[in-house]
Amino acid sequence: MDQHEAVSVVRQVAARMRLDIVEMIAEAGSGHPGGSLSAADIVAALYFGGVLHHDPGRPDMPERDRFVLSKGHAAPVLYAALAEAGYFGRDHLATLRKLGSILQGHPDSKKTSGVEVSTGSLGQGLSISVGLALGLALDESASRVFCLLGDGELQEGQVWEAAMAASHHGAGNLVAIVDHNGLQIDGACSEVMCLGDVEAKFRAFGWRVLGSDGHDVPALLETLAAARESDGGVPTVVVCRTVKGRGVSFMEGEAGWHGKAPNAAETEQAVAELRAAIEREGVPA
Amino acid sequence: MSKATRAAYGETLIELLADGVDVVAVEADLSKSTTTGTFGDAHSARFFNAGIAEQNMIDMAAGFAVAGKVAFTGSFAVFATGRAYDQVRNTVCYSGLDVKIAPTHAGITVGPDGGSHQMLEDIALMRVLPGMRVLVPADYRSAKGAIRAAATTPGPFYVRLGRASVPEVYGEDFAFEVGRAYVLREGADVTLAACGIMVAEALQAADLLAEEGISAEVIDVATIKPLDAETLVASVRKTGAVVTCEEHSVIGGMGSAVAELLGENAPVPLARVGVKDVFGTSGEPAELMAHFGLTAADVAEAARNLLHRRG
Repeated sequence: MDQHEAVSVVRQVAARMRLDIVEMIAEAGSGHPGGSLSAADIVAALYFGGVLHHDPGRPDMPERDRFVLSKGHAAPVLYAALAEAGYFGRDHLATLRKLGSILQGHPDSKKTSGVEVSTGSLGQGLSISVGLALGLALDESASRVFCLLGDGELQEGQVWEAAMAASHHGAGNLVAIVDHNGLQIDGACSEVMCLGDVEAKFRAFGWRVLGSDGHDVPALLETLAAARESDGGVPTVVVCRTVKGRGVSFMEGEAGWHGKAPNAAETEQAVAELRAAIEREGVPA
Repeated sequence: MSKATRAAYGETLIELLADGVDVVAVEADLSKSTTTGTFGDAHSARFFNAGIAEQNMIDMAAGFAVAGKVAFTGSFAVFATGRAYDQVRNTVCYSGLDVKIAPTHAGITVGPDGGSHQMLEDIALMRVLPGMRVLVPADYRSAKGAIRAAATTPGPFYVRLGRASVPEVYGEDFAFEVGRAYVLREGADVTLAACGIMVAEALQAADLLAEEGISAEVIDVATIKPLDAETLVASVRKTGAVVTCEEHSVIGGMGSAVAELLGENAPVPLARVGVKDVFGTSGEPAELMAHFGLTAADVAEAARNLLHRRG
């Protein structure tokens, strides 16, 4: 797959994933659309842009890369990607958050193929990823660990315990990605609890810091590919500027869409917009 | 031979690795106290210090388990279970990982460090978690066996270790079995169900009671979850009374677990010897055992009162 084709595939898949996200949350009647939509291009780039080494037919393949969704409330974006990749049938998407579903409100590794570890309590994914990365390194594995964090999540002190540990122990096979959409449940991160300079903070903790527009697919693919290349024993963070609710006009930049499902009329409008976006992206060659 | 249960920790990890168990240890700046440093000195590539960051310590251990390792971690009991409770619940247990939490310095016998460091609620916190097995070894050999059993049985474990030396209860041929309670002394009048350092006290209490013509059966409830229902129910059906003995709060610990079991299956008069819903305090271990009513004499007194109450 050449770069041009990869960009086309990721854009197309991301557009379909956004539709899945909105439809599954609408069907569930609850969930977190804002942070799922902001991360859709990032997750699509990982799974479908040749970044993450994985095989849906062999979810336990030892040499696979690992993906940890630390911002577990964005489960719909992960489920959309896993269904698209074929880890489970698309028919499961309509069961999100329902009794007996393999798709829990937050990722559950015991129930869902392709989910490496359960997440949902914020601030824990990076610590898990540090242990996972060091464990793989101990086995001289070439696998990489990708961990997606929310920006509001960076307010959890444990994230910085993990950041310190990652550089101290030389987890060069670890890539953290920050979905920096600037919003959290109670409003703007800057007003709830200012994050300051996220890049500078990671740099101060000994990380290699890369940045990208989290919706610019060519830039994302280039940056994530660079991040995947280990830089000695130094962990890498990719800080992605994103728009919460990206792709649905009335959800974009609105903290109120962090954790609520659209009603029937809102769903109709969102679906129309997302279907139009899919058509705009066209079918990949 | 008197030895602390914590002394078994680091050296048993070394043995496990030699036996081919894929062990790593994650510590939080207490490796000399917990003795994981002994393992770290022998296998530095498999020892990871998280620094003074217990939440990260537990979740790093979880990450190692996701990578296929048998991950031991611990720090002190108060931090591993209290400070990092959400990490133990939401990551270790919710994902059902091979994380073996074996903290040391549980209970009042921590001594002079005082109530902030004397963890008396950890059994309660751990046993309520789905999928968590809870082991409380009585002596050094039992601790070695418990650590080995935890390492070789899949899933999350809590192994409660202590700082102070405890008398030898078991001989060299002892093999720890998860889920088994051990009848150490048979008796007819009252069951003394003990765990941890209280097993030795219960055995002494049985001697005291024997002098008065009271025949006490002593059971080491080395696994608090899952409880050995068969052994406990059979014992109280014979004796008709039970005293539980633990270096833990009387709320939520082994005594509560036994009360739940027997209340539903074989109700008999029951008394709980333990710390009575208060925090610990500074002092020497032996002084504190007396202060909080955890000596053999206290256990014997509880048994006497119970039998008197039963009539």
